[in-house]
Amino acid sequence: MDIAVLVKQVPDTYSERKLKEGDWTLDREAADAVIDEIDSKGVELALQLTDSHGGQVTVVTMGPARATETLRKALAMGAHKAVHITDEAFAGSDAMQTSAALAAALRPLGVDLIITGNESTDGRTASMPAMLAERLGLPAVTSVVSVEIEGASLRAERVVEGGAAKVSAPLPAVISVNEKIGEPRYPNFKGIMAAKSKPVSTLSAADLGLDPAGLGLANAYCQVVAGAERPHKSAGEKISDDGSGGNLVAQYLVAQRLI
Amino acid sequence: MSDIAEVIVLVEHADGKLKKLTTELLAAAAAIGSPSAVVVGELGSAAALSDQLAEAGAAKIYAAESAGSANQLLTPQVAALAAAAAAAGSPAAILLAATFDGREIAGRLAIRLDSGLLADAVAIAERDGRVVATQSVFGGAYTTEYVVTHGIPVISVRGNAIEGAAPAVSGPAVVALQVSVDPAITPTVTEWLPEAVGDRPELGGAKVVVSGGRGVGSADNFHVVEELADVLGGAVGASRAAVDSGYYPHQFQVGQTGTTVSPQLYIALGISGAIQHRAGMQTSKTIIAVNKDADAPIFEVADFGVVGDLFAVAPQLAAAAKARKN
Ligand SMILES: Cc1cc2nc3c(=O)[nH]c(=O)nc-3n(C[C@H](O)[C@H](O)[C@H](O)COP(=O)(O)OP(=O)(O)OC[C@H]3O[C@@H](n4cnc5c(N)ncnc54)[C@H](O)[C@@H]3O)c2cc1C
Ligand SMILES: Nc1ncnc2c1ncn2[C@@H]1O[C@H](COP(=O)(O)O)[C@@H](O)[C@H]1O
Repeated sequence: MDIAVLVKQVPDTYSERKLKEGDWTLDREAADAVIDEIDSKGVELALQLTDSHGGQVTVVTMGPARATETLRKALAMGAHKAVHITDEAFAGSDAMQTSAALAAALRPLGVDLIITGNESTDGRTASMPAMLAERLGLPAVTSVVSVEIEGASLRAERVVEGGAAKVSAPLPAVISVNEKIGEPRYPNFKGIMAAKSKPVSTLSAADLGLDPAGLGLANAYCQVVAGAERPHKSAGEKISDDGSGGNLVAQYLVAQRLI
Repeated sequence: MSDIAEVIVLVEHADGKLKKLTTELLAAAAAIGSPSAVVVGELGSAAALSDQLAEAGAAKIYAAESAGSANQLLTPQVAALAAAAAAAGSPAAILLAATFDGREIAGRLAIRLDSGLLADAVAIAERDGRVVATQSVFGGAYTTEYVVTHGIPVISVRGNAIEGAAPAVSGPAVVALQVSVDPAITPTVTEWLPEAVGDRPELGGAKVVVSGGRGVGSADNFHVVEELADVLGGAVGASRAAVDSGYYPHQFQVGQTGTTVSPQLYIALGISGAIQHRAGMQTSKTIIAVNKDADAPIFEVADFGVVGDLFAVAPQLAAAAKARKN
């Protein structure tokens, strides 16, 4: 079975992430750019499924030129080929526009399964898998912690707020992975070397047949009207426990009228 | 005035009861228009909920009922909201819960209605005839306000963020919706695996949260965290390291990829305070940290920090708090 995995390059959550004052879009210079951890878990799942069922894994990203680093990372893990959707005209796209471009790139791939993260660490809309499923006319099974393929259908366990459920759906389908699905493999030296010669195709808005009148920040379906940075919280009192630490916390809470 | 625009709210319910978040959504809806509640469920579910919905301020109820809809995953909700939007003419907005399910429904719906989507709003207001949604970005480091400029705003709203209540309504009109679901795009639930519901307050809305990290050391030791939480009437939380080590169930994870909490009091026991943990708790009113390592980053956001062993400090605090209560 052939699988497409969506991978997004995001600012490293270990660093201080920033928005740009004014248009309040992501400040890509402020933090290191990395593959979103959740998407490396999607790549891992795809590799496990193709290991047991055969087929190829194509990783797909939409992002600026440097997002190729993220594709190379996924190729080094073992993905077979990559698609990079990139165009100056895409800058400032919102989820509606991004989903249109991703769907246009996914349609001709004709894969049996599309895997995404359940929530990106920067956008956090957790809507992309459903948007793609709707555009492509497919079922969406989101936030899964395990998946099995049985002929032309999939069985999965999904975990969301309030509980879990066992679910089945026909293939082709879109699934999104939950962070509890397990740890991704690390690329080894051989994988990193092999990734350098794996095919990466680059697609522009024109290649995807997208109407230029609908692209970019100016044509987004939502617009920012205001933004503000919250003042940093500063550290308060810090004591070393000399045997009365718990009692001192209690006194502090009494003074704050919290107990 | 009859020309106040409808604001469509997707109702979350279980066992014939409204979820608290639905009352919050109705309150948000009442502030910008006339709340219309969409009930998706088995036959008879709208009637069972109508008194509660009236009390919570729903001026109109759209009922999308069908046998077996409970095991069809989320496409009945999408179809019902689309039908309600068509019936309402030009609603001011469609509001859903910012849960995984709510955001999935919102994504499909936005495409179906060719409309702008805003996720995880913490406030909603009407300004100059436009619906403005406030979002809290990077764990509260930034606040942004957005408007939808295309179609009907589809907005998911964070739990425990909206305060106040909508005025009660008497005898809301009930409108039945005809909804059809395409089986080709609809997953089927074969088994529900509900979470055990404990006696403690719900994590996202608790006034006090006591969280344990890897420093707690084992699942057994977590009773130290639970005992302090119980004395304070609080919820128990955990860091990702504690969850991934199997000390505590995943639904209690606080942080970037867990629940965002903003209680009056947050107590971190044996948690280093990684940036992704802080993203889920740094807007708490008062933060107390107990950690053996004086350089742990959690102290940077703590109002009161104790460098020490949590197994000494937490029980002593619990005993002092208990003595004060009695
Ligand atoms: C994409 C992404 C998302 C993430 N999301 C989350 C998230 O949602 N939530 C989250 O929590 N983390 C998240 N993390 C993980 C985060 O980076 C940290 O790994 C995690 O928060 C560490 O948990 P901890 O503080 O319990 O463990 P550690 O960092 O190992 O800290 C344990 C602390 O306990 C102290 N300690 C040990 N014994 C004692 C004792 N007896 N008494 C007192 N103190 C003691 C130690 O000094 C240490 O500071 C995420 C990471 C990534 C990459
Ligand atoms: N620009 C993008 N390129 C590739 N994948 C994306 C992009 N945006 C979102 N995704 C995928 O959609 C998932 C959910 O993202 P989101 O809806 O932003 O929370 C991510 O984990 C990715 O797998």
